[in-house]
Amino acid sequence: MGSVLDLTWMAWTWPTAAFFAAVVLSVVVMGVWESYSPGGNPRRGVFGIDTTRGDRLFISWLGTGFIHLAWLGFVGPPLWWPLGITIAWFLFVFRWV
Amino acid sequence: MNKLQNQKAWWLVVPVVILVAFNALIPLMTVVNYSVQETFGNNLFFWHGLGWFQEVLTSERFHASLLRQLAFTFTILLIEVPLGIAVALCMPRTGPWVSVCLVLMALPLLIPWNVVGAMWNIFALPDIGLLGNAVNSLGIDYNFTQQPVSAWVTTVVMDVWHWTSLVVLLTYAGLCSIPDAYYQAARIDGASSWAVFRFIQLPKLKRVLTIAILLRFMDSFMIYTEPFVLTGGGPGNTTTFLSIDLVKIALGQFDLGPAAAMSLIYFLVVLLVCWVFYTLMMRNEEN
Repeated sequence: MGSVLDLTWMAWTWPTAAFFAAVVLSVVVMGVWESYSPGGNPRRGVFGIDTTRGDRLFISWLGTGFIHLAWLGFVGPPLWWPLGITIAWFLFVFRWV
Repeated sequence: MNKLQNQKAWWLVVPVVILVAFNALIPLMTVVNYSVQETFGNNLFFWHGLGWFQEVLTSERFHASLLRQLAFTFTILLIEVPLGIAVALCMPRTGPWVSVCLVLMALPLLIPWNVVGAMWNIFALPDIGLLGNAVNSLGIDYNFTQQPVSAWVTTVVMDVWHWTSLVVLLTYAGLCSIPDAYYQAARIDGASSWAVFRFIQLPKLKRVLTIAILLRFMDSFMIYTEPFVLTGGGPGNTTTFLSIDLVKIALGQFDLGPAAAMSLIYFLVVLLVCWVFYTLMMRNEEN
């Protein structure tokens, strides 16, 4: 306690740490993927917008937030179903958007 | 496939990332941490799962302030955009009056938010304010501190006064960039002024109007200072918009968990609108 790196005020929990780790990991994985097989120029998908891989990652994460919030608001926990929908959403966005 | 650019320049962004980490990312992470816990102060936190999110999403209070927020945003858009276009169309394109008009239009934009709120508060007071007193002496019962309708009208008029200029200036810039050849062609065809507006000016203004509408949407969606100074969210809760409600929960009641959950929901909505804004702008630039 009292040291410079005392982070108790941030009130970390394991689930939130895991969430941020997943976000960072997704960015790192994208970086590795890009360096091995570059995604190239933006392409136009089913929504009629030009997206690069990074854009698609952002759209996927943003969608994830809304899918989970909608489930919580309209149905309630547990959140296994929205997790499944999210995985399908990620695949859809990366393949067709 | 070959890369089009050298991506090493991204390293130059590192200083900004560090700065943003300190003033945005770390606080945002803390908000995420707060949103799943309950605290009674003294840095003691208890796990609460996603309960706060569920509570906020299903609470009537949140629905009401979200509804008020949307009503406010769409009302000011419905007034400011047509009014802004109309004013811009009336402004002179050449001559000495151009700079006078531009400065006059820019003036409201230069005034700080809290000063706008304070000005309108005093201006609209029913007993001593110029506006309030004048309206009351016309026989209209008007008291923005006690009547919901008066409070709404005052808040909307204040926002229109403050921000229509932005729409005017953007539209004016768009109008000035239309080449004269279009107008000459319209004159040869004997087009009415409505036809000129409908088939030349409006299509050419599409870009700037997109920017204006989205800017006004985002700004008004996050409005805090002006209504807070003018009405304080009252009378009752009638002008308590999302950000005012958020501050009431976070600092008034010190309910950090629900406030954190609410601000994350709010953040996601703003993020979505920002993304739409960015995508549309990029698309316009390509076209």
